[in-house]
Amino acid sequence: MTVPLTEAAGGTAADPGGVLDDVRGFAESEIAPHAEEWDQNERLPPKLLTRIGELGLWAPFLPAGLGGAGMTWATLGRVHEEIGRGCSSVRSFLTVHTMVTWTVQRWGTDGQRERWLPRLATGELLGAFCLTEPDSGSDASAAGTVAERVASGWVINGEKKWMTAGQVAGLLLVFCRTEGNMSAFLVPADTPGVEITPITGVMGTRASMLARIVLRDVTVGPDALVGPPGWAAATVMTGALDLGRYSVACGSVGILQACLDACVAYTSRRTVRDGRLSELQLIRRKISDMVVSGRAARLLCAEAGRLKDADDPATIMATWVAKYHASTAASAAASDAVQIHGANGFSAAYPAARLYRDAKVAEVIEGSTELQQLTIAEEAYREVAR
Amino acid sequence: MSEDIRTPIREFISAKFPQISLDDDEDILALGFVNSLFAMELVMFVERTFGVRVPNEQLKLDNFRTMNAMADLVRGLSESMRLSAG
Repeated sequence: MTVPLTEAAGGTAADPGGVLDDVRGFAESEIAPHAEEWDQNERLPPKLLTRIGELGLWAPFLPAGLGGAGMTWATLGRVHEEIGRGCSSVRSFLTVHTMVTWTVQRWGTDGQRERWLPRLATGELLGAFCLTEPDSGSDASAAGTVAERVASGWVINGEKKWMTAGQVAGLLLVFCRTEGNMSAFLVPADTPGVEITPITGVMGTRASMLARIVLRDVTVGPDALVGPPGWAAATVMTGALDLGRYSVACGSVGILQACLDACVAYTSRRTVRDGRLSELQLIRRKISDMVVSGRAARLLCAEAGRLKDADDPATIMATWVAKYHASTAASAAASDAVQIHGANGFSAAYPAARLYRDAKVAEVIEGSTELQQLTIAEEAYREVAR
Repeated sequence: MSEDIRTPIREFISAKFPQISLDDDEDILALGFVNSLFAMELVMFVERTFGVRVPNEQLKLDNFRTMNAMADLVRGLSESMRLSAG
């Protein structure tokens, strides 16, 4: 059961060929019915990852000549919303894969594009975005992983933590300190010295196959360096994080939609002494809040996507705003969903508990709620000063 | 030509930081407001406004340090595009 939230402005035009219908059907039939099981098992099945590749959903934003479908960012956002409605762990795989693949496309040399993009496009090779460390998160400048230049290229030492898809990724995009600055490196996961340890028992997006990745004297060639070194490497990181933030925002809209679907279905059949739950005004208030916050979040995401497609720098702030609203609204909706489901809301027999845990993750990753508040407020003061 | 290039760049920076009044040779990085977010916005603005792509090797601090440096960068990239097209 899906409760229509709204079609975002230009929604139909943004779906040439009806790709969203196909993705919605895929999410409803092949993802959502299994999301609880994957959550409990803390892993995604290999056949699902293969299926995503068969549908061309790993990197459809790549041009056709590079193995993609030339999909617009606006449409890609809706794809990540639909996948996120089914399972946030699957969406999180798409998020980091998008970040790594875009980085290679945007900043890679011809040789790097030829070497990596064909397999990233099909999902034969999955990407992991390795920025966060045990003692540094949003503040990338505090990272302790170091790459030292040697005659044969670079030697990397350090530790990365909380890498989504890290257990199965074949290509790691690793951010390191280099000669007083920061640089990004493409490191195959099977390079000697790379140690990957699964992280289990986490609260949300439990099937995102998180890993701790230790790099011990990992030697890579000069062609592992991707993008400009030094000052401009921050631009590589910022661009990738912007796309990650966009994907998480769109995935949060999917969580909002899933909360609405679940709550309308549950309250329509659940009875209390005075009738159905759906007849209670306090329930209706919560449903109304989900509808309104969901519509607003989808429109904010659509605007951020439209600006990305126009290469407009305003997309960066629009994406911060979209992610802030969508992730906090998803958390609020998921909290209400648990409340509405009562004791059932704590059970794996219903999606509310998983949605609640996954929504909280969206408030932390790709820029925490607090970091977004600081950034958005700073922009507001600048606007007023104009 | 240079002034044509500098004007939109100056307007973009002024819109973001209205309290700053920039000379063409003033080091904007020394003013302390350029963070990675603004750097990304600046690169996107230059590429979109002037229809160029800043290659990795040109994405260096000195090319974005002053209004004149950015104008030189855009002029050079435009010239390279014109030669490759022609």
